[in-house]
Amino acid sequence: MSPRTLMTGNEALAEAAIIAGVDAYFGYPITPQNEIPAYMSKRMPEEGRIFVQSESELAAINMVFGAAATGKRAMTSSSSPGVSLMQEGLSYLAGAELPNVVVNIMRGGPGLGNIAPTQSDYFQATRGGGHGDYYTIVLAPSTAQEMVDYTQLAFDLADEYRMTAMIIADGVLGQMMEPVVLEKRPKRKLPAKDWALTGMKNQKQKVIKSLYLPEGTLEEHNCKLQKKYKKIKDKEVLYEQDMVDDADVVVVSYGIVARSVRSAVRKAREEGINAGWLRPITLWPFPSKQISKAAEKTKTILTIEMSCGQMVEDVKLAVNGKVPVEFFGRCGGGVPSVDEILEKIKHYAKK
Amino acid sequence: MQRNNMQAVFERTPILKDCPTHYCPGCGHGIAHRLLAETIHEFDIVDRTIGIAPIGCSVLAYDYIDNDMLEVAHGRAPAAATGMKRTNPDKIIYSYQGDGDLAAIGTGEIVHAAHRGEQITVIFINNAVFGMTGGQMAPTTMLGQVTATSPSGRDALNQGYPLQISEMLATIPGVGYIERCALSDVAHIKKTKKAIKHAFKRQIDNEPGLSLVEILSPCPTYWRMSPVMAMEWINQEMVKVFPLGCLKG
Repeated sequence: MSPRTLMTGNEALAEAAIIAGVDAYFGYPITPQNEIPAYMSKRMPEEGRIFVQSESELAAINMVFGAAATGKRAMTSSSSPGVSLMQEGLSYLAGAELPNVVVNIMRGGPGLGNIAPTQSDYFQATRGGGHGDYYTIVLAPSTAQEMVDYTQLAFDLADEYRMTAMIIADGVLGQMMEPVVLEKRPKRKLPAKDWALTGMKNQKQKVIKSLYLPEGTLEEHNCKLQKKYKKIKDKEVLYEQDMVDDADVVVVSYGIVARSVRSAVRKAREEGINAGWLRPITLWPFPSKQISKAAEKTKTILTIEMSCGQMVEDVKLAVNGKVPVEFFGRCGGGVPSVDEILEKIKHYAKK
Repeated sequence: MQRNNMQAVFERTPILKDCPTHYCPGCGHGIAHRLLAETIHEFDIVDRTIGIAPIGCSVLAYDYIDNDMLEVAHGRAPAAATGMKRTNPDKIIYSYQGDGDLAAIGTGEIVHAAHRGEQITVIFINNAVFGMTGGQMAPTTMLGQVTATSPSGRDALNQGYPLQISEMLATIPGVGYIERCALSDVAHIKKTKKAIKHAFKRQIDNEPGLSLVEILSPCPTYWRMSPVMAMEWINQEMVKVFPLGCLKG
């Protein structure tokens, strides 16, 4: 087995990006993700690659835009208020179909909020976030090891589908140290980047743009994007679940919270309560079919989040009224404890 | 028609596409595009040149200038150019930006690209107005100039003075070359060509720092003037606020 290294989630993510072959990192400081640019500022030059500290998140995402347009693997990282600033660029990246990886180590909001861990950017991440009809792929790791694994996957998904792959985690996951194995995951077979701008060497002009003025052309472009999104929904859903088949209560949660949920479900089982759990790993595409299937057997679906209730809306859409969908969340930096979750499981199991 | 003894003395440069533009009669963009295209052709760099088109009247520059191009959000060209040049130091990267793009919404991006000394070439078209959106006031609008959003003429107390952004940028150590030119007559057009060539040459020769050519360019439509009057207005009025010449390098 490969050696294990003790790292913060943020640093593990940064090293994973290097393993994935990121050519350039652009970013602006913001807590609680500062370990990522600090790590990159040292490691990227060591690897002969590009690190630029930008003047703003607006600039960072547009530096990503420029590098990505030439076919390079480019990324940025930020936290909630900074990701809000990047929404303009994310919309343009979607329109221009450029691959890139964006990391959001979420903090409290709205506004300046605080620097405590939350999951309150779920809506922003899974609904595109900026203007126009688009989505970004959203991966939600729950351990430092998954920061390593899913960061690498994010680069492949971005390249395969020519779009943003976003990793969303919270401040705890970013800053907590855990042992990780820094292994290169098998790379997917990826399409050639024949669209990249390289100069017109023996070839015709290439233009990368998001403007479609003549009547009907934007509709056509939108439909093309939707077709791509449908393919991703069919092919790229990731989730895990356990003890769902005989459960009276299935707890749905993601990211760091899913670890507390797992403990709470185990305790519930020890007390004779038939509980199970399901964890979406891709938040977009969302494991709607799997949740719908779980709803056919269980009596209650309980959603736990570090927000006032965002993913629960997707859970409700998936369950579509088959069984009650309950919600428990902590917000503004509050983290649901195992006991709190267990209490909720017991409460709904009795109903 | 007898053509045997005719000789072509002026032709379309190969880097310009053989198509009409959407620009208004008397607009400066057509001239600026031609000078830029001639420069790329004369240096024989089209195989490694990537341009960045802005938001504004010249957003469709890639429909006219035949080189690889990226269209970016309003004002963000210098950031995108940074991402391109840093990851492709062997490529020639230029941005083509208007005054709304560069001197209003993209002020931060151009200042910091200059500050970092990015080795890019910036073509900055100053026509003292937002053209594409209907002739609104720009940071570079002249005092007293009537626009769609300064119907009584720009008033310094209310709307500030015209922004001399090239002079601002010239104070930044990361800038290698800045020159302000005009498209107001043949002599000035020739000087503009020379400046554009120099701004590209610096990048080709890997000389440090950002190169920028500001071009005072006529917008007869939103200046509410004839094309000839617009040219004269540059020479008589605009140059008083935006004096021509090399500001750095």
